[in-house]
Amino acid sequence: MATPSKDMRIAIVGGGLAGLAAAMRIAEGGHAVDLFSVVPVKRSHSVCAQGGINGAVNTKGEGDSPWKHFDDTVYGGDFLANQPPVKAMCEMAPSIIYLFDRMGVPFSRTKEGLLDFRRFGGTLHHRTAFAGASTGQQLLYALDEQVRRYEAAGKVKKYEHWEMLSLVQDEHGVCRGLVAMERATLELKVFPADAVIIATGGPGLIFGKSTNSMVCTGSAVSACYQQGARYANGEFIQVHPTSIPGEDKLRLMSESARGEGGRVWVPKTKGDKRTPSSIPESERWYFLEEKYPAYGNLVPRDIATREIFQVCLDGFGIGGENQVYLDLTHIPTETLDQKLGAILEIYEMFVGDDPRHVPMRIFPGVHYSMGGLWVDYDQRTNVPGLLAAGECDYSIHGANRLGANSLVSCVYGGFVAAPAALEYAKNLQRNGADGSRIYDQELRRQQEINNQLLKQTGTENQYVIHEEMGKWMTDNVTVVRYNDRLKATDEKLLELIDRYQHISINDSNMWATHALPHARQLYNMLQLARVITLGALNRNESRGAHYKPDFPNRDDEQFLKTTLAEFSGEGPVFSWEAVDIGLLPPRKRDYSKGTEQKKPEGEEQKPRDLSAPAVWDQNKEQVRDVDHGEAETRTQQGKSIEEAGGKSDKL
Amino acid sequence: MSAQANGHAKQTRRTPPEFVDIRIKRRENPDAPQRWEEFRIPYRPNLNIISCLMEIRKNPVTKDGTRTTPPVWEMNCLEQVCGICTMVINGRVRQSCSALVDQLDLPITLEPMSKFPNIRDLVVDRSQMFEHLKRVHAWIEIDGSYDLGPGPRMTPDEVAERYAYSRCMTCGCCLEACPQYEGDNYIGPQAIAQVRLMNMHPSGKATRDERLEGIMGEDGITNCGNAQNCVRVCPMSIPLTKAIYEENRETIIHGLFGWLKK
Ligand SMILES: Cc1cc2nc3c(=O)[nH]c(=O)nc-3n(C[C@H](O)[C@H](O)[C@H](O)COP(=O)(O)OP(=O)(O)OC[C@H]3O[C@@H](n4cnc5c(N)ncnc54)[C@H](O)[C@@H]3O)c2cc1C
Repeated sequence: MATPSKDMRIAIVGGGLAGLAAAMRIAEGGHAVDLFSVVPVKRSHSVCAQGGINGAVNTKGEGDSPWKHFDDTVYGGDFLANQPPVKAMCEMAPSIIYLFDRMGVPFSRTKEGLLDFRRFGGTLHHRTAFAGASTGQQLLYALDEQVRRYEAAGKVKKYEHWEMLSLVQDEHGVCRGLVAMERATLELKVFPADAVIIATGGPGLIFGKSTNSMVCTGSAVSACYQQGARYANGEFIQVHPTSIPGEDKLRLMSESARGEGGRVWVPKTKGDKRTPSSIPESERWYFLEEKYPAYGNLVPRDIATREIFQVCLDGFGIGGENQVYLDLTHIPTETLDQKLGAILEIYEMFVGDDPRHVPMRIFPGVHYSMGGLWVDYDQRTNVPGLLAAGECDYSIHGANRLGANSLVSCVYGGFVAAPAALEYAKNLQRNGADGSRIYDQELRRQQEINNQLLKQTGTENQYVIHEEMGKWMTDNVTVVRYNDRLKATDEKLLELIDRYQHISINDSNMWATHALPHARQLYNMLQLARVITLGALNRNESRGAHYKPDFPNRDDEQFLKTTLAEFSGEGPVFSWEAVDIGLLPPRKRDYSKGTEQKKPEGEEQKPRDLSAPAVWDQNKEQVRDVDHGEAETRTQQGKSIEEAGGKSDKL
Repeated sequence: MSAQANGHAKQTRRTPPEFVDIRIKRRENPDAPQRWEEFRIPYRPNLNIISCLMEIRKNPVTKDGTRTTPPVWEMNCLEQVCGICTMVINGRVRQSCSALVDQLDLPITLEPMSKFPNIRDLVVDRSQMFEHLKRVHAWIEIDGSYDLGPGPRMTPDEVAERYAYSRCMTCGCCLEACPQYEGDNYIGPQAIAQVRLMNMHPSGKATRDERLEGIMGEDGITNCGNAQNCVRVCPMSIPLTKAIYEENRETIIHGLFGWLKK
């Protein structure tokens, strides 16, 4: 008998910021969580985040507000994001920062003992809270600690070193749980759940080398896509302007280096062989400052990346190579140590030079996926019972993400997904005894895939295929895109998928092997790579991170729409969905000038009641103050998407 | 933190070698014996241990030409902030991502950490460290995750002191180097430092006593033999011995006067 029950069990896949945020919320509500993670959750990729987390707390008398945060985010994302969830996130952001403050994150502080904020790209405000230069580590640990508390209390059960392979779906396509594999024994097991939240992070490894951690394969997300979940805006891949090229990965040099005053330059003379310190000011070309006087080195990432790329393409790279200087040497060492210590250590450790005294050499590197699983405003995918949050969903960042907006979007996503999953589970009709059949079936299907891989004895090498995929994707589907090369890349991917059928697993000892899991991930990466590549091929315009010299302008008429990919046996099938632009009408993105009217500092900045936990209320006030304050969402206005300025489904 | 304090050998300006020889201590499974295998890869500048292992993994053939299984190791962030890739390199415990070939003596030896159960090759099971974090209640007891305004004010100095402890990535270097820790239940420097971190926080103070109880008793803080190895090997330069000193004092006071509160 199907009986709705109050005793709910939610499976969360991924223990980064998004997954842990959701886990904490669900456990706090008294419900049970099964938490899956390839690595111990405390070692998730979120620890890499350095620079900070955005929230318009407005402590610097700049008149910042959640509305301005919202405006910056939508504008920075080139108007591709549905606006209501972005607005909701920006409104929640200050309280998210305060929550982490209460959980004990050692945020950097002002002399008065208040939270300090730094500047980040794509805004003119000090809006980024930070804990030294290891903000992600600190935020993740805070959530890890709270979730451990619930684990100790028996509310959360962790499955660390378990990798999710697939969803279990019933005959109606409803998600009823998942299949996971233990990484030492390779044991497969089914885990029934009332709802599943995917929080598995980004897919950087598809590009071979990126700034991402090694578990960021996008494999779990691709598995969901291959089981019917829609993947949205896959073509929007952020290439970070400043990374340190390495043999094994591209290490990030955080945007906070520029936020604290770092300057990007190249010698004015091509191929100048002098050491940077012996090149006089007048012979240095600060090309970002010259072209974008208002934002200078803090233009959004897509723009900085393209400029650096172009400068190197034109032969101005340091010594003719693909490198430019990121210079901090004019900033006092003490300030640097205090505000950027951790990232300077990374540079020192891996390059050997001291960035306090020698300008760093950097180049753009693949960093973040704006695209991801399609979700509605409650983080629900199109598969009933399946939700998504964090970097693996597409919802917030449109065509380009602003720095320090990801951490906040991860926590926001987790906080929205948690109650939505519970709400769904509450109304769920549990399947009766015959339900076990679907679990057995899926388990067998997954075991079969493993068996088949182990049986294969071809001559192809899985790591070589991975390298080739990475190289093709990096060369052709990153900063500058041409349709003929995108087509060729897709053909290459098809060839690799074909060759994949002829790999032999490169380990004969199956105990704790990484070769079999890697092979499973590789297949999923290849499928997702096609979504990214073909999405880019279809989009004949330039918007945010997606740039085609043959179509250099943004084309709202045809392309102000979300790309949706659905899996068919043949590969992705594409459709398009209108963007909800009911709050902020699209305008041209132009960072050579300031974007908003600066209001004179005045009365409205002062909290009315100094004893209140002021800032939050004050900001709400300001939201109403600004011009667009009265705007309602499209749905509130009862308008159709077309009326609200959105575009129809067909290209 | 200087490169030196971080455990790098002093950069030697030797002429680049043609090859890098790497000896790896291997184990097929927890019940199998350990054995050494030697590999040779072509030298390139700026190699770290991870790149070497990746190279070996792609085509696992030993130096003498015998086909073998790929060595298994753990890795994730590759920026020395997740702690997962810790192993013993040339006799010294550290993260393999930040161990640069140019700064290591050749041939290089790689071994799994010895104080934790060895799963396979260079992989060990450090789950006990997380259990210890439970035992010492290494968290702040917030009332709830809903919006309750900002946390307590703190001076930049107080934050700086806490920040140093908050960087612990549970990598296990301190336990590997500690002569008192033998894979047993001794709570060890990492957990004690987390107690320090939480006890310094204005809200954390409320549950200070629970944490102190977690580090007292048979497996507790008094097992520390003051060898000070922990602080020498800590890749994050965490003042572990200071934490042990401070918490030892706290536990003594708690031991003497704690009953008064009951
Ligand atoms: C170097 C770097 C610096 C950054 N700095 C900043 C910054 O300063 N500010 C900012 O806002 N953003 C920053 N970002 C972006 C931000 O860090 C990430 O977008 C964010 O941390 C992603 O969090 P997440 O919770 O979505 O996923 P992650 O933290 O990536 O976690 C994913 C989780 O899923 C698990 N997982 C994956 N696949 C499976 C599977 N199949 N089965 C089970 N578990 C699985 C993993 O084990 C992990 O626990 C930075 C990114 C990088 C690369």
